[in-house]
Amino acid sequence: MSQSFNRGTVEDFGRWREFSAGMWAWIFHKFTGWVLVGYLFTHIAVLSTSLGGDELYTSTLQGLEALLVVRFLEVGLLAVAVFHILNGVRLLMVDLGVGLEAQDKSFYASMVLTGAITVASIPTFLGGPLA
Amino acid sequence: MSTQIEQQETEEQEQETEVESPGDRRRAQKREREAKRQAQRETEEATLDDEETVLLKVFRYDPEVEGKQEPRFDDFRVPFHKGMTVLDALIYARDTYDSSLTFRHSCRQAVCGSDALFINGRQRLGCKTQMADLESPVRIEPLPHQEVIKDLVVDMEHFYDQMHAVEPYFDADELPEDGLEEQRQSRENREKVKMSTRCIWCGACMSSCNIAAGDNKYLGPAAINKAYRFAMDEREGENRKHERLRIIEQEHGVWRCQTQFSCTEVCPKDIPLTEHIQELKREAVKNNLKFW
Repeated sequence: MSQSFNRGTVEDFGRWREFSAGMWAWIFHKFTGWVLVGYLFTHIAVLSTSLGGDELYTSTLQGLEALLVVRFLEVGLLAVAVFHILNGVRLLMVDLGVGLEAQDKSFYASMVLTGAITVASIPTFLGGPLA
Repeated sequence: MSTQIEQQETEEQEQETEVESPGDRRRAQKREREAKRQAQRETEEATLDDEETVLLKVFRYDPEVEGKQEPRFDDFRVPFHKGMTVLDALIYARDTYDSSLTFRHSCRQAVCGSDALFINGRQRLGCKTQMADLESPVRIEPLPHQEVIKDLVVDMEHFYDQMHAVEPYFDADELPEDGLEEQRQSRENREKVKMSTRCIWCGACMSSCNIAAGDNKYLGPAAINKAYRFAMDEREGENRKHERLRIIEQEHGVWRCQTQFSCTEVCPKDIPLTEHIQELKREAVKNNLKFW
């Protein structure tokens, strides 16, 4: 054996079309986790405007709520948070060794529930008038 | 190419006057055999037209032969018969079309664990996978995440190193006094480790694991499963169990597992690998928790 063929990282990590339920759950959990960490910073930034007084805080929030993009982002944030929570419960069960045979079903269930809750939240987030 | 042909012609002209050498005779025989083989191959491929066939797309790579150093896929059309496995098809392709097609196989009954391959995007045993269950064309590649030595043969050394790292042998604290007496296991305990004893060291789980792909020090599902088999064996005693837990509870041991279930899904022997890893995680925690 003089040399061997290295197929590179893409081959190492597999092809997304061939991923199974557990793999997708892992990827989504990572992704939503990072989104939530990112949101935490903006959340703190917005809340800290209250240090500048009541007026500033209220006007900042009203200004943000007046933007259509922010309304859509809020729906996205809810979806991300709900999935992370539901999959977190699923992972807790996995860690406790409960229902490991049904892990793919519980992933699909958390996806469906996330979708349902997100759709149900749309009137609340997008419904109010954009002042 | 053209220069070569001219050379041959001049050689032949020179040799016209000379007596035919043994080398020439051998070369002539070789040419004849080659032509015969070519003709045979053509007739065989022609007769396949009115038979049911399957198309294989096989990964080819050979670093030692110029012109084969660039990986490519070769097509093989193989006659299909009921009950045909992927390994059967590969053997047919090798024996009939290209004797340089290289792959590991031995027992052909899912016991030796030699022919774990990446078939249609999934780690499977060639001898355990029915052709009829696969979508055509059947794409056969070497296991991902291991380096390819030639065609479908991958370097398994690292996998074996990981397996040996967990000390995969029975090693009881106390042996019976005369050393000859049977060391009996309770039926319940046997049931507990039963699935984990089925491992055939094929490496499919290790190849499917994303974490193992990114972290070469990670023991991997197969090795942890081996550790489980012995750590859960009650005959070994508490001391040995603690030693075993110390090996697997390290940074690159059980805690690298992020429960993607890839290994459990591809295991040809249906070992619940993730379940075993999770149980060892709990054991490791219990081993270190003290409430006083």
